[in-house]
Amino acid sequence: MNIHEYQAKEVLKAYGAPVAKGVAIFSADEAEAAAKQLPGPLWVVKSQIHAGGRGKGKFKELGPDAKGGVRLAFSLDEVKSHAAEMLGNTLVTKQTGAAGKVVNRLYIEDGADIERELYLSILVDRTVGRPAFVVSTEGGMDIEAVAEETPEKIHTLPIDPDTGVTEADAAKLCDALELTGVAREDGMTLFPILHKAFVEKDMSLLEVNPLIVMKDGRLRVLDAKVSFDGNALFRHPEIVELRDITEEDEKEIEASKYDLAYVALEGDIGCMVNGAGLAMATMDIIKLYGAEPANFLDVGGGASKEKVTAAFKIITSDPNVKGILVNIFGGIMRCDVIAEGVLAAVKEVGLQVPLVVRLEGTNVELGKKIISESGLNVIAADDLDDAAQKIVKAVKEAA
Amino acid sequence: MSILVNKDTKVIVQGLTGKTGTFHTEQALAYYGTKMVAGVHPKKGGESWTSGVDAAASLPIFASVGEAKEATGADASVIYVPPAGAGAAIIEAIEAEVPLIVCITEGIPVADMVKVKARLEKSKSRLLGPNCPGVLTPEECKIGIMPGSIFKKGSVGVVSRSGTLTYEAVFQTSNAGLGQTTAVGIGGDPVKGTEFIDILEMFLADDATKSIIMIGEIGGSAEEEAAQFLKDEAKKGRSKPMAGFIAGRTAPPGRTMGHAGAVISGGKGGAEDKIAAMEEAGIRVSPSPAKLGETLLEVLKG
Repeated sequence: MNIHEYQAKEVLKAYGAPVAKGVAIFSADEAEAAAKQLPGPLWVVKSQIHAGGRGKGKFKELGPDAKGGVRLAFSLDEVKSHAAEMLGNTLVTKQTGAAGKVVNRLYIEDGADIERELYLSILVDRTVGRPAFVVSTEGGMDIEAVAEETPEKIHTLPIDPDTGVTEADAAKLCDALELTGVAREDGMTLFPILHKAFVEKDMSLLEVNPLIVMKDGRLRVLDAKVSFDGNALFRHPEIVELRDITEEDEKEIEASKYDLAYVALEGDIGCMVNGAGLAMATMDIIKLYGAEPANFLDVGGGASKEKVTAAFKIITSDPNVKGILVNIFGGIMRCDVIAEGVLAAVKEVGLQVPLVVRLEGTNVELGKKIISESGLNVIAADDLDDAAQKIVKAVKEAA
Repeated sequence: MSILVNKDTKVIVQGLTGKTGTFHTEQALAYYGTKMVAGVHPKKGGESWTSGVDAAASLPIFASVGEAKEATGADASVIYVPPAGAGAAIIEAIEAEVPLIVCITEGIPVADMVKVKARLEKSKSRLLGPNCPGVLTPEECKIGIMPGSIFKKGSVGVVSRSGTLTYEAVFQTSNAGLGQTTAVGIGGDPVKGTEFIDILEMFLADDATKSIIMIGEIGGSAEEEAAQFLKDEAKKGRSKPMAGFIAGRTAPPGRTMGHAGAVISGGKGGAEDKIAAMEEAGIRVSPSPAKLGETLLEVLKG
């Protein structure tokens, strides 16, 4: 689960991390009052969307010459005019895709005198199975480009879960970031704090880009991007409250209610599959036969009839879907449960497009019998290859 | 021969009394009499579990893994405990020094697995999973949720990050007449107990395993590391014919595809890099998940 920058800063501030003063606003009317709560004379007006590259992003409605999604303001009037221009418009960045994202929230923040921009993130390093710091002196820019062009400038430090960030660890991070004097003292305090927040709040990513050294030598978290482990949200109701569903796809929100793993894609063949690997492979084989998948959907292990019905309804609610492929290899998932769920959904919402069903594994005979005795116009398939070819063909013929 | 489990493997079940644990324990007992020896439940110690399909099949329940292991001499434990408690269940099994722990549970918080991994490294236990389908040696032992009916005793070793794609590989090698020595699911989570390299080493050392199918997916770099391992072993003269598949060629970057570990992030973990690394290591990577058996047959024909 992702949250906005201003929310991430509130979470980090509660742990004692140095962040600028700032106020989040939802309408342009609030801009002046928000800015007046801050000392000035420099303000930063920042679009709050769940995507990076905001500074270089462009508003769709404003034309190519307008300023980007993060703007400096040198007066209260400028804060107001920026807010009026940004709120409600669509910001397109390299992470949003061409459709962009509507800016519904702004964060008005106190400006900072920047001496140096650094990069810092914490994520779970899969090769060692531990949270690791990734730091670089090359902050404020695209870290992927830094990794590509100057990999020697990126330092990774895994942290032992039994000890947390030791003094030696913090000193290594200070060295890697070339911190001296006051900045080094700040770093020695900040790094354990960030790690503590990462572990205690079950974060999957904590990215501070940039972490700045200010003219007075102090460190400050200038930007913050935080994602949480969806599997751990059950123990963090305070984090769940930060969810902004306007940032999410409607079908994905519906899927999450039923605990279904669903990702909307751009093609026209809807898929319902059990198992993440097989669901991806089903997308791949649809593409291999010359069509495009409309979604990734893993109904998971041990799904109930109700869950399967919900999954089927989510697929059919996508207007792009011109055909549906149900591909089940039952282990924990029983084929008869799938069959009953599909039938219940079809009874409820009807079936306007071709449907190919491939069943294999646990209780397969029973599942096939339920489908064949239903009288529904379902195309049965023998194996995955057969299923993919049949649905691609059926969609082409129906077009 | 086989790897990890055989007809003598004695298995206890953590989470036996739930619906999932009960169903799959019934299935395991029905699969060539897999030696399921006990269940564990902290509040039901001293009670017993009876199969719903075979009233003669009954297992004692112990209050802890330690007691169950001592009373039965179990070699393995399979875990069906729900996600919130599964990390603690694995740690209990590690502390009881169970040699093989198989965790089926999907959705365990990563932070819990970080704690498990730290303990695992200091122990003698091997963990398969979590978020895996288990391990099965045909006609001998079934631990986990793989459908036994698709297996056939034979010569292919199967290792996979994905449960259902394991079934595809098994089904197709059975239909191709090759059969399997052992099929192992290592699981789809980013932090897990066993990696490809561990299982590939076992398959290379197992005389009965004549060829190997390896199935990976997007995210992380375990496939690349396995490819490097295979290249290094081949230089020492150890190699076996291999076919492979990588799921997620069409997956968009930055989105988690069901498995917590299946995500292309920071431009890393994409399918094409993995396929290239595997092919460089001599694995014939099938473009279609439906042609794993066929591809392996082609490799074997040379």
